Amino acid sequence: MLDGLSQRLGAAFKSLSGQGRITEKNIREAMDDVRRGLIEADVNLKVVDDFCAQVSEDAMGESVLQSLKPGEQMVHIVHQRLAELMGPVESHIPFVDPGPTVVMVCGLQGTGKTTTCGKIAAWCRRNGKSVLVAAADLQRPAAVEQLRITTEGVAANAKGNAKIGFHGEPDRCAAYGEAVGEAITVCMNAVRTAREERYDVVLLDTAGRLHIDDALMGELRGVQRAVNPHSILLVIDAMAGQDAVNAAAAFNSQLEVDGMVLTKLDSDTRGGAALSVKAVTGAPIRFIGTGEKYEDLEAFHPERMAGRILGMGDVVSLVEKAQDEVDEAEAEAMAKKMAEGRFTMDDFLKQIKSLRRMGSMKQLMGMLPGVGSMMKNMDIDEGALDRVENMANSMTAAEREDVSLMNKSRTRRVAKGSGSGQQDVNRLLKQFDMVKKMSQQMAGGGMKGRMQMARQMASGGMGGGMPGFSAKGSTKTAGVKQGFKARKRKRK
Amino acid sequence: MGLFSATKGMLRRSLARTRGALEGLGGLLRGRTLDAATIKDIESRLVQADVGLPATEAIIDKLQQRLRSGAPEDAHAALQQCLCELLGPASPLATTEQAPMVLLVAGVNGVGKTTSVAKIAHALQGQGRSVLLAAADTFRAGATEQLRIWGERMGIDVIAGAPGADPAAVTWDALDAALARNIDVLVVDTSGRMHNDASLMRELTKVRDVITKRVPDGPHEVLLVLDATQGQNALEQARGFGAAIDVTGLFLAKLDGSARGGVVLSIAHALNLPVKLIGVGERVEDVEPFDGPLFVDGLLADD
Repeated sequence: MLDGLSQRLGAAFKSLSGQGRITEKNIREAMDDVRRGLIEADVNLKVVDDFCAQVSEDAMGESVLQSLKPGEQMVHIVHQRLAELMGPVESHIPFVDPGPTVVMVCGLQGTGKTTTCGKIAAWCRRNGKSVLVAAADLQRPAAVEQLRITTEGVAANAKGNAKIGFHGEPDRCAAYGEAVGEAITVCMNAVRTAREERYDVVLLDTAGRLHIDDALMGELRGVQRAVNPHSILLVIDAMAGQDAVNAAAAFNSQLEVDGMVLTKLDSDTRGGAALSVKAVTGAPIRFIGTGEKYEDLEAFHPERMAGRILGMGDVVSLVEKAQDEVDEAEAEAMAKKMAEGRFTMDDFLKQIKSLRRMGSMKQLMGMLPGVGSMMKNMDIDEGALDRVENMANSMTAAEREDVSLMNKSRTRRVAKGSGSGQQDVNRLLKQFDMVKKMSQQMAGGGMKGRMQMARQMASGGMGGGMPGFSAKGSTKTAGVKQGFKARKRKRK
Repeated sequence: MGLFSATKGMLRRSLARTRGALEGLGGLLRGRTLDAATIKDIESRLVQADVGLPATEAIIDKLQQRLRSGAPEDAHAALQQCLCELLGPASPLATTEQAPMVLLVAGVNGVGKTTSVAKIAHALQGQGRSVLLAAADTFRAGATEQLRIWGERMGIDVIAGAPGADPAAVTWDALDAALARNIDVLVVDTSGRMHNDASLMRELTKVRDVITKRVPDGPHEVLLVLDATQGQNALEQARGFGAAIDVTGLFLAKLDGSARGGVVLSIAHALNLPVKLIGVGERVEDVEPFDGPLFVDGLLADD
């Protein structure tokens, strides 16, 4: 959408060239596009209107007048203002000394409080802090159980060796609305235990509640008064719509929220709620949740979020994702192998797998600027990669080590085993051979090899370097795919 | 679905708080032609109810056409009618001659699937039908336990698997049990998943296919649970789940908050998917058949 927005803004300002003057009317036309974009991203309407008024004022300044490409300049201003409004970066939890630091987690139902508690516990442990996680959600059936299992998972597997404990009093659970007040006792008990057992942090996972439910909002205030938490974190669903402001404002007026966690950013939501809730609470967005596992908690980056809201790609996150996936030492070993031409089918399989762990093809490409909107309605055949994996898995270890072993009979066997045709297997082998040659040139051949590779890619001979992989519906993306592959390779 | 009516008053009460204020818009529109200011006001109301711009603009276009062509009519009533038309006629849950009827319930994380499954089971049980639950959410910690607790409260059996088990296998077992026990309705609860997660969507397709294999005309309903507090991403959810499991209708949960759930209009506009049921509270009785006019009233009300 960046491209779209930029183009439209460009058009809006085009008529100006030669006139050397920007009128209010021109800006208004341009801002209409911005407004639409923000509304489509679920930014609250009032926030959108305030924002647009402010940006219009800014845009009347000199920077736009002097700019050679006013359209781009406008996008830049909008992006910058968005990022400013969502900043600054405060992706941490302030710890107190002496401990324990009491952190209370609250929010509407289903925003991901319990999952987030597990993630924060893991984050604390990575930072060398021991954590006691307390289950103060006594309403939802099995919420205590869910938190216990989540906490045990963190204790067993998360990085670091600080102690992770769990405090739960399942006997106090009752149906919704009937255990009001019990949570206060549980929280007090948890803080006492944390103090006695010298935990650094105590995390209170409260029950999800509607901000218009006075009894339960009162309970939250009760917890706050009873344990006086150092931090109150509000969990916000990034998919939230216009009403996010009402919920955030209500929680904030009852509790004075210290920070927010934006969850479910692993979806394809544009996440305009981030701007809305920041605008009404003023509290920093500390972390973002990007998956269901306890390690899927990331620092919040306002510029990236601004890009996402505007529908721009997120190359930085893409690169980071790739870095997360690839182990440095392993990558080097792989590069060496490639340079020496010892790249095997096993290595190839490993690469496909790590690529796929980063997300679906559609998702990955959506992170590339300009591609996102184009891809929206395109059908990508994710199954093609399945078939490649199946074929490779149907080979024997020896065959994967040395594909030259493959003869007609072996090919027939692999085709049968993987439920594909012999010609598919042949194509895979041929393409694997190409990838192998190319990666050798690429890794070892210096500039000359790289140029050669670029030429070969440009001629389209390699089908994007991914055997068996093809995008349905459009040939336009071939260039993008190759670009993506090229970047990915370059990194290695 | 007459048996839902016992709780009918509930929604009326929960919407009543916004009802009196409806006069605001009514007064504004009544006896008026649509001028720029009025259109802006309608637009802002619809957008703030999460209807989304494309649907909002379509609604306003239609409204204008209508007011321009026909006999003079009340602009407010006309708007209400436009919205109701877009939502389509009431769409009750499917019925089957042959037991078991199978309902598959899916949605993204945290929309309230498990609670909604319990509500559906409770309502159907109230109609005198025998119900069985399948806990095919084998991923989220405590999900099976959560459904089991609901089951115990209602006296409904829950078929579950080990944590991490293949949800399709759990569904298969549940189908076995439903067929063996001659159960009327089987409701399958699945784990929350993002519609853009290709592999998890494939897993869901497999669950659906397993059902079709055992009960050839099933699943009889494929319900997508939406969270009324969500914005335009719900439309993408409907697209994604629709592609994977051919969703037959929506369950709009969490309508008891201050969110209006207008995104269902966005979905009706783009995909023509009916809303079948709404969730209006945390208790198992808090479920209602979707009532278009009533919903529209709540949608247009002032804060």
